[in-house]
Amino acid sequence: MVLLVPSLLGLALLVLPMAGLLVRAPWGRLPAILSSADVLTAVRLSLVTATVATVVCLVCGVPIAWVLARTAWPGRSLLRGVVTVPLVLPPVIGGIALLMAFGRRGVVGGWLDETFGVSLPFTTAGVVMAQAFVAMPFLVVAVEGALRTSDRRYDDVAATLGASAWTTFRRVTLPSVAPGVLAGAVLCWARALGEFGATVTFAGSFPGTTRTLPLEAYVAIGSGDTDTAIVLSLLMIVVSVGILVGLRRHWVGTA
Amino acid sequence: MRGVRLVSVLAAAIIVTGCADDEPERGGEVTVLAAASLTEPFEALGERLAEDYPDLDVTFSFGPSSGLVEQVIAGAPADVLATANTVTMDNATAAGMLAAEPQVFARNQLALAVPAGNPGEVTGLVDLARGELRIALCEPHVPCGAATAALLDAAGVDAAADTLTTDVKETVALLTLGEADAGLIYRTDAVAADDAVEMVEVAESDSVVNDYPIGVLAEARNPEGAQMVVDAVVGELGRDVLGEAGFLVP
Repeated sequence: MVLLVPSLLGLALLVLPMAGLLVRAPWGRLPAILSSADVLTAVRLSLVTATVATVVCLVCGVPIAWVLARTAWPGRSLLRGVVTVPLVLPPVIGGIALLMAFGRRGVVGGWLDETFGVSLPFTTAGVVMAQAFVAMPFLVVAVEGALRTSDRRYDDVAATLGASAWTTFRRVTLPSVAPGVLAGAVLCWARALGEFGATVTFAGSFPGTTRTLPLEAYVAIGSGDTDTAIVLSLLMIVVSVGILVGLRRHWVGTA
Repeated sequence: MRGVRLVSVLAAAIIVTGCADDEPERGGEVTVLAAASLTEPFEALGERLAEDYPDLDVTFSFGPSSGLVEQVIAGAPADVLATANTVTMDNATAAGMLAAEPQVFARNQLALAVPAGNPGEVTGLVDLARGELRIALCEPHVPCGAATAALLDAAGVDAAADTLTTDVKETVALLTLGEADAGLIYRTDAVAADDAVEMVEVAESDSVVNDYPIGVLAEARNPEGAQMVVDAVVGELGRDVLGEAGFLVP
């Protein structure tokens, strides 16, 4: 009883908002809203940016995870700290930090602008950077966990049989942790899809180039278009729940 | 729901009995929801009110007007609503959220603003159509965006915006940071930003004026205190601080 009441309250806190959306949802207008030009543009942009961000995270994150899981050196825990900071950082802070670094007057951004004429804020590339910034830890943590539990002896055997480090990584290590990489990539993708704070701060909000689904929902609620805001919220919840259900073995560990 | 009612009835009873012992002081807590563009003058007004009425405890919550109206309709506990145009206030009035007809207490105009030094060499509204410049404008559905659309329409300019902000302060921030080369903000925001942004004179800006209405909410928990705040805003004190901030006052 002592445990039941708080757990039910906690459950209510999580479930009631979603139920509230279902109750208020404009079911009759649902198809019209979902097929409106603004929404379709935002959906397309979100799918593209979240996917590209996931690829970026895979390319950069898997090697980071390997370094964290398979090497021992003094700075390793610091590296892990740095990589996982975005997990607890408010995304808007990430956006401000990105702006200070890659903005037109930022440390790196100023140089990019002067040397190559490249400016990242207000571009789709900026959206991908913001998403990769917040989503990377999800991939790194998942892959590092998979690498730690996989059997290192296979790698050692491959090495003794003459495989180079790269071949071992590519042909032995990576396949053995493929499910972990996949799970991490899907979580990473879902987090990128839902990214709001860093995106709006760093990349701004313009239909077609930077206004992703969560930004579209925010604009909708801010401009009094509650129906669209509710429909987009439902869409995001369906995708998120779908992904977690699909990943339940990796996530909850009930295999 | 019944539980909530009961709690508020109990709370009200405690407050009523608590006050009954003392001389009924004019004051108490007042929550004011106000448009983001009112931040500086209302905070100044709040400080002056705190000096004049120590028992009055005014809390401000600033945000985009349309969002504030949403909050009020959704039942956010507040006593006074002040928006940056009449369209958003009309929505609140139509939903029966106001205790009485709102009063217009200030007017604002748009200003073409650029970062200090004017790096994009902006000289007029036509420059907003230059594709190579980074342009930040307000989202059409928020008041500053509605005014922006009207102004650009009046000037016959097809702006090439790079980002649409839901809050005029976001545009100000982008200009201050130099991330945007030009933007349309309120004249008052340009005054508040001091040296960080410069204003470019625009003849057409007189053609679009935003009226700022204020009113006591129908579900105000402290209607008396709320009325005091509204009186102060439309009165001499309000005219002082609003005029200083660059508003046109009636």
